[in-house]
Parts: sequence; C-alpha cells; structure tokens
Amino acid sequence: MNFETTIGLEVHIELKTKSKMYSPSPVSYGAEPNTQTNMIDWGYPGVLPSVNRGAYELGLMVALALHAEITPFTHFDRKNYFYPDNPKAYQITQSETPLARNGYIEIEVDGKKKRIGIEELHIEEDAGKNTHADDGYSYVDLNRQGTPLIEIVSKPDMETPEEAYQYLEQLKQIVQFTGASDVKMEEGSMRVDSNLSVAPIGADKYGVKSEIKNLNSFNHVRSALAFEQKRHVAAYLSGNQIRPETRRWDEPGKRTILMRVKEGADDYRYFPEPDLPPVRVSDAWIKEVEAKLPENPKQRRARYVGEWGLPEYDAGVLTNTKEMSDFFEEVVADGADAKQASNYLMGDVSGYLNAQHLELKDIALTPAHLAKMIALLADGTISSKIAKKVIVQIIKNDVDPEEWVRAKGLVQESDPAVLTPIITGILDANQQSIDDFHAGKDRAVGFLVGQIMKQTHGQANPKVVNQILNAELAKR
Amino acid sequence: MISKEQVAHVAELARLQFSDEELQQFTGQLDEILNMVDQLSEVDTEGVPVTTQSVLLENVMRADEATMVTPRAELMKNVPTEKDGLIQVPAIIDKEDD
Amino acid sequence: MDYFNTSIEQLHQDLLDGKISSTQLTADTFAAIAAKDDKIKAFLALNEDDASKTAAAIDAAGVDSSQILAGIPIAIKDNIVTDGLTTTAASKMLANFVPIYDATVVKKLKDAGMVIVGKLNMDEFAMGSSTENSAMKTTTNAWDHTKVPGGSSGGSAAAVASGEVIAALGSDTGGSIRQPAAFNGIFGFKPSYGRVSRWGLIAFGSSLDAIGTLTRSVRDGAHVLNAIAGADERDTTTVDRNDGDFGINIGKGVKGMKIALPAEYLGEGVDPKVADQIKKAADQLRAMGATVETVSLPHTKYAVPAYYIIASSEASSNLQRFDGIRYGFRAQDVKTLDDVYVRSRSEGFGSEVKRRIMLGTFSLSAGFYDAYFKKAAQVRTLITRDFEKVFADYDLIMGPTTPTTAFGIGAKVTDPLTMYMNDILTIPVNLAGLPAASVNAGFADGMPVGLQLIAKPFAESTIFQAAAAFEDANDYLQQIPGGQN
Ligand SMILES: [Mg+2]
Ligand SMILES: [Zn+2]
Repeated sequence: MNFETTIGLEVHIELKTKSKMYSPSPVSYGAEPNTQTNMIDWGYPGVLPSVNRGAYELGLMVALALHAEITPFTHFDRKNYFYPDNPKAYQITQSETPLARNGYIEIEVDGKKKRIGIEELHIEEDAGKNTHADDGYSYVDLNRQGTPLIEIVSKPDMETPEEAYQYLEQLKQIVQFTGASDVKMEEGSMRVDSNLSVAPIGADKYGVKSEIKNLNSFNHVRSALAFEQKRHVAAYLSGNQIRPETRRWDEPGKRTILMRVKEGADDYRYFPEPDLPPVRVSDAWIKEVEAKLPENPKQRRARYVGEWGLPEYDAGVLTNTKEMSDFFEEVVADGADAKQASNYLMGDVSGYLNAQHLELKDIALTPAHLAKMIALLADGTISSKIAKKVIVQIIKNDVDPEEWVRAKGLVQESDPAVLTPIITGILDANQQSIDDFHAGKDRAVGFLVGQIMKQTHGQANPKVVNQILNAELAKR
Repeated sequence: MISKEQVAHVAELARLQFSDEELQQFTGQLDEILNMVDQLSEVDTEGVPVTTQSVLLENVMRADEATMVTPRAELMKNVPTEKDGLIQVPAIIDKEDD
Repeated sequence: MDYFNTSIEQLHQDLLDGKISSTQLTADTFAAIAAKDDKIKAFLALNEDDASKTAAAIDAAGVDSSQILAGIPIAIKDNIVTDGLTTTAASKMLANFVPIYDATVVKKLKDAGMVIVGKLNMDEFAMGSSTENSAMKTTTNAWDHTKVPGGSSGGSAAAVASGEVIAALGSDTGGSIRQPAAFNGIFGFKPSYGRVSRWGLIAFGSSLDAIGTLTRSVRDGAHVLNAIAGADERDTTTVDRNDGDFGINIGKGVKGMKIALPAEYLGEGVDPKVADQIKKAADQLRAMGATVETVSLPHTKYAVPAYYIIASSEASSNLQRFDGIRYGFRAQDVKTLDDVYVRSRSEGFGSEVKRRIMLGTFSLSAGFYDAYFKKAAQVRTLITRDFEKVFADYDLIMGPTTPTTAFGIGAKVTDPLTMYMNDILTIPVNLAGLPAASVNAGFADGMPVGLQLIAKPFAESTIFQAAAAFEDANDYLQQIPGGQN
C-alpha cells in the first residue's frame, strides 16, 4: 500500500516592538523575573487593554510580505483557558476575523518549485513563562506576558518533512527581511507546532492528525515529522488506530513522545473582545505599510547581481540571513568593492562563524573595519597575504585595521625610491641570476624576488618589486 | 432541558465545583433561566448583525512606546505565595507548557 | 449632621465663605456615618486617616471658586479600585484585596479636591438587584430598613438617601445605579457608554458597564459627572469629545421638548401604583410645555434574556482572572494547581456569581454559542434600533425605573428569575449604551417611585435639563426618609 502525507504548520513569531501588544510595558529579554510588567499584564482587577499600533503594523508587513489578503475590518476575540502563565485566563487574539488570509510561500525541493498556501495570519499576545522546579512547585514569570505575536497558519499543502523544512526556512527569511522579528528559534521568538496525517493514496479524507509541539529547531521539525510519518504508516500497516494526539520531540531518543490524547476539541469559548474597538485597515494604510516594507531577499539578490555584478551564487549566500545581507550592504556602502566584500564574508568570516558556532552580532567585526581592510588592500598598503592576518584580527578584536598593520609593521613598501637601491644592490650581488634570466630560466626571477623579500622582511609590495626588477633586468 | 451532566461539564470549564445537592439546585435554576432565554428564539434575526460593543469606535490605538512598568514589589503585595520574585503555584503537572 | 438640606453648590459657597472647613465637613460626615450606618449598613470600609489628611490639605491650600467639588466628601462603590484602600467588590474573593492603583474616576475626584470617605456595599461583583448578594452584609433601604435598598449600587444609594454623604459613585450594568436610586428616592445617573472611563472598575459586563453618580439632587449629579467624564487613554472604549458642562441646560425647563412614553414600559408586571405616579409625571411634564406621546419599543420584552446572556458571558470571562494565583482569595490546604483554581473559586464566589458564571460559560460553550451568545447579540441590535427609531422623533424617553417599589429583604433572593425580571425597564438602556437617569417621582405606599429618563447617546445634558425641571416642580426632594433620624 502507498501512502500520502499531509503536513500543516502553525508558527508563532514574536514581533519586534518596544512595548507589549495590549499594554505599554516594555518588551525585553533576560531581565529579572516580573520586572518588565505592569498591572495590565498581571490582569489586575479593573485594568483594560489597549492596542499597540506599531505591533499591528508589523503584522501587516508580515502579511504583505507573504502575499496575504489584508482583512479590511477586524475585531479581537478572547480565547478562554486557565493556566498560571495566562493571568487574565483569556488570551486576546483574532479568531473570527484574522489580520489577513490566503498568503503563500514559494519553496524549492530537489529543484522543483512549489507554492505552499497560508491559511491565515493573526495577531495575539504571548503568555508568561512557567518554570517547573523540583521542590513541588512551579514558578511564574510574567515578563513575556503580552509580547506581540503573529501566528501564521499554513494550509495543509506540504507532503514531506523536507517541504516543511523548506517552508520554515523561507518563512524565516521573508519575515526577517521585513524587520518585524528576529525570528530566532533558540531565543523563542519563533515557535513551531506541526500537524501531520497519513492516508492511503486516493483516500477521500485525511488521516487522523497528530500534533507535535515545542519543536525548537528546523532540523527537529524535519526529524519529528519523518518519525511521525513512519509511525503513522507502521500503524496503518499493522492495523492499529492512530489517535488524535499531542506529541513532543525527544531529541536524545530521536523519537516523538505522547503528551496527551485529545479528547474532543478544546472548548475555548471564543467571543468578541468587548474592551477593544475594532481595527479598520484602509487602502491608504496598506499603501503606507507597503512603502515601509523593506526589500525582500529576492529583490536584494536581483540588485546584487544586476547592479553590483555579483555571481548568482554569492547573492544567494549573502541573502540567506538578513543579518549577513545587511552587513554586506554596509561594507559596500563604506566604499568596499562588492566582490571583495562578498569574498571575505563568504570565506574567512563565514568560516570563522561556522567553526565557532557564532553569529555576526557575536563577533567584533564591523562593516567599517572590513571596508577599511579592503581599501588597504586595494591601495597596496597591505598585501593579500597580510590581509589574511588582518581579517582574523578584526574578526576577533575591535581594532582599526590600518592602525594595527602600522603598529605591527605590516605595511607594504611600495615606494620605488626605497625599493630601487635595494633591488639594484641585490642584482649587483647576483650576476649569475641575471645570466640565468637572459638564458631563459624563469626560476632566476623567483630567486631574486625571494632575496628582495628577505631583505625587506616581506614588506615589499610584490607588484612594485616586479615592475622595478623587470626594468632593471632589461637594462643589464 | 439542560442535564445535570451538562451542568457538571460547564462547571468544569469554569473551574467550579458543586456538591451533588448544589448541582441539582443549579441545574434546576439554570434550566429555568434558559427557558426564559429561549424566548429569544421567537425573534427573527435573519441577517441581523451582532452588537458586541455599545459605542462605534474604530482604530483607537496606542503608539508603540514602553511607558508603564509597575514595580515588582507592588505587584507582589497581593500574591499569596512568591519566591525570588516569582509567583509560586503548586506544581503544574497536567500538561506541558504550551 | 446630615446632607438633607444642602447641596454641593451650598457647601462650596460655605467653604468659600469660611463658614465651614473641609476638615469639619469630613469629621461631620464620619460622625453621620457612625450614627446611621448601624441601621443602613452601607459602608464596607472607612478612609478616615486619609480623608482627614486630604481635608486638612484642602483647608491649608484654600478653595477657590473654580473648584466646585474641592473639600467635599464623597463615597465610592466597592467595585471601583482605590489605591491603598481595601476594595472587595463585596466578595470573599477580594476580602483582603488592597489595590495598587486608583481608578481613573477616583483620580479625577481627587484631582477635583474631593475627599474620599469610604467604600460602599453592593451585590457581589455588581450581580444583583438588592445588595443581598453582598458577601459582607445586607444594606437596608433608607426609607424602610426591612426593605432592600436595591442593587447592585445599594450601598451608594442608601448612603446618599440617608444623608450620610452628599454624593457617591456607583456602577450600572443593567440598572445598578438607577434601580437603587429609585428605591431610595434619589437621583441616579448612568452616562452614555464611553463617556466615563472604566479603568479601575472591576469588570462585570464590559460592553455594558458604566460608572455614574448617585446624589440627592439633579444639580449635584451634574457637578460630579462633570468631574469624572472624559476620554481616557487607559480605556480605549471612551469617546474623545468635549460637551462642556452637563448642567448647562438646567433651568431652561421642558417647554417644546418631545418626550416618548413607551407603551411597553407601563405594561404587564408594572405595579399600578407605580404606573400612576409615572402617568402623573407625564401630565406634569405636559403641563410644563413638553409633548409626551406614547410610542412602542417592540423588542423590550427580549431585553432581559438578551441581557442575561451577554452580561453573564462577559462576566464568565472577566471573572476567570480570580484564580487564587496573583491576588485575592486562595483556598486553604491546596495541594494541586487544580485545587488552587477550583477550590479558591468555589469557596471565594457567592452563589449568584457562580450562577452567572455558569450561565455565561454555557452560553459561550461549543455547540451553544450561536443559539445563545450570538442570538442575544443580534437581539441587542434590534433593541438598539428600536431606540434609534424613537429618537429620530423624540428628545427623551420616559417611564418608570422599576416595575415596583422596594421589596422586602428576603422576598425575592431565593428566586433568581423573579429578581432578574425586576430589571426589565433599566436593562434595554445598557444594551444600547444610552445615558439615563432615575429621578424621584413621588411615593407609593410610602416608598419612593423612580422616573426614568433616557436620552440618545451623549445627550446627557437633555436629561439633566428635564430632570431638574421635574425636580423643581415638585417637593419630593424636600421629603426625607423618616424613622431612623
Ligand atoms: Mg493556534
Ligand atoms: Zn496562537
């Protein structure tokens, strides 16, 4: 029997705002517990919410970047459930009238392009954080409570774990480029829940779904879906029933584990939020947001190739993350040659980051320093060999490349007035090499250059040395 | 006619518990109230929009600025049990954090 | 001392003239409360230290003629939060709750120089029509201590009617200011939805709740409303408009005013003696130059069921935050998280609150939403349209505030449905978000009858104009509750 798999993803992304979705308390990470909150976040008796316009606008940006249709008139809804990290015992979300519907993401798997539909996007608020101690208690920190979220619900258009992986990669990239979120799974600013079902090919309805929660990397999503796919197929083949379950990924065990069996649908008793006026999104507002929408990766790639003459490959690598692409653009803006900048970023810099498992923001390198180093190389102040040393320095330390090469005495000697006497001195002392040269032995030049380099402690500009040497040899 | 089982289910959703006697009484009262409410079914509401707010406001929104933090010590004043700046509750065991 | 034969304007003049100090007025108020509250049982908390400090500060700074309310004591319904002063909503759930901020209305009263003397009893979480649902005590009617003061702002109404204070704030979700005002023969005003900030009002039915005033006279009501009205960035359902002094038309009479009297408001269930007083009032208004004509509000009878679904649904959600975790009552000896929730809520809430939570939770639950919540919200639209039609031709709607005068303590409390029907004449106003008042319209068998006046949204000043004319044309204000003085 052959089977077909259906996968849908629900992705929550924290929007990058200064204040919460429905309260003017700060959004910040890593602060002391319960110090970034106010009585609204705590659901104190008598408090009322208010809508963060900035957050709503970031939501619109994401929706537009995902080609979704903006809902012109929306209201907020309450989703009711009790939980210690949910102080009002309801989440203010958009259920009946989401911010936008019907978007899509284009993915490519094995050279084949495919469009994955987005059912809807809605704005809501994050919950606080429960931690489970081993003293018999749980502890609640409400700093995260109310952080603006956009939930992006895909259509069940994915058929393989790899498609789901690509969907997430593309989604992350697109959202990052809008600037609406950092989209960092490790920091919890992106969270993924997956739904998977399997049915025999040609079946007239979907199989029973299992949901996998709390996946904290794209690789885990792919692995978990692959595991589930096998589990579902195996169940079919052995005649076992798949139950509607919520499961989680156990990374050490490389398997999914049952969290709970879903008994009937949860009853969240949604109803329209009476405390918040509805939102009307006019065409003018959409245009305004569109105008603010930064270039997407595709547009940037086209510009890198078309205007800056980069190979397609370079453009693709550089736009993989917004961080790298922004960095690259700054280096170019600081006057560096685009191809040189690309070479160093894709080569030395990326190599270092990968080896150390770091990101651009974690290292000392600045676009200005890289641009300056490239300038030093271009004007002959340093050699490409020296540049290899300089790049390591400026990656690790906040040092000015020019000051550093001067202090270390690594500046090239390019002045003919200095180099000519040295070169003529060496020629005078090596008549045999001159003869060899005239006899057509190219090795002789290498020897002479080596002698010159030795005498200048490697600081002679090889280009200038070659010019002078050739001229002098011709004379003798 | 609402059943005792339905009432018990609603109580569970609302995180309330009732003795058997109370449940009996609540079922009777709720049933009576729902009978009164059933009058609404006489009203033709075909195509009538809902009203969920009394005042027709739109787009009342706030600029994205962090302007209001309540000191933790203030917030903690009414917390029954706390530890190290965190609200303490009996262990959450029924389901995973989601 | 009592507040029977004075007014805010008079007290203000006395303060300006130095005939009395705020300190003296405040001390006299506490003395009046001490003398009367044994029988009235209106106060849940007294704010003596803080009030005398405020009064002393006002006296030291001096009152000027622009501060009509400065130095004058007022009391607050106990579902409006007061920073540092216990606020219970008359629930065991919040018996020891000390708020950490002031409601916007409280801040505004303080800014106006008013002296807050204490917190007033009510039905638990404002759910009820008799104040018998208070977890603390039952307030009595100022005119007859064996009768209920009405509710849910029963403490506010009885405190004012008995002369303990000159003014009080209340809240009105389905009649909770107007009905107790009617039962106690005073003036109760519920502003348009969106006129007064709800920030700091412990929510019951968020789309219906309104904070308003309870005073003996119409003019006093206008002064207090002037102080608390206005848009608030903390409540984004408030409307940003400046209509000036709500009392601006007081004294202009009712000549030429078009008043509608809905047939449904004098129909079945309305005590004939109450109806007689209202018909008398209609004749009186006609005699004063107004047109009073009978109209129909055909969906009136559906207001009670629609209201109980909507208010209870909203309440079921609003009251979920009372979970024993961050504030409020937590049950003893809780072992599991579920105990914290279930036992704290089951022991902390009284039975009427639980009844409404149950009704509301049911109305929103899977499979019932469309037939209950949605249906009620559609009927609400029809009720609002009924009003819009009438207001196309009329300035005001008049009718009784309540079907009967105050009933006996214990008479209805065991029968929720009969109690709910008592609000039939006040509820439609909340569903439509309209401003409305109850003004004393005389007596039936020695108990006060309330005349309800309803205006179109944000036409508060029309109500004050007509109510003041009516008050001036009668001697009801001069009659004071007997028996307990
Ligand atoms: Mg979801
Ligand atoms: Zn969500």
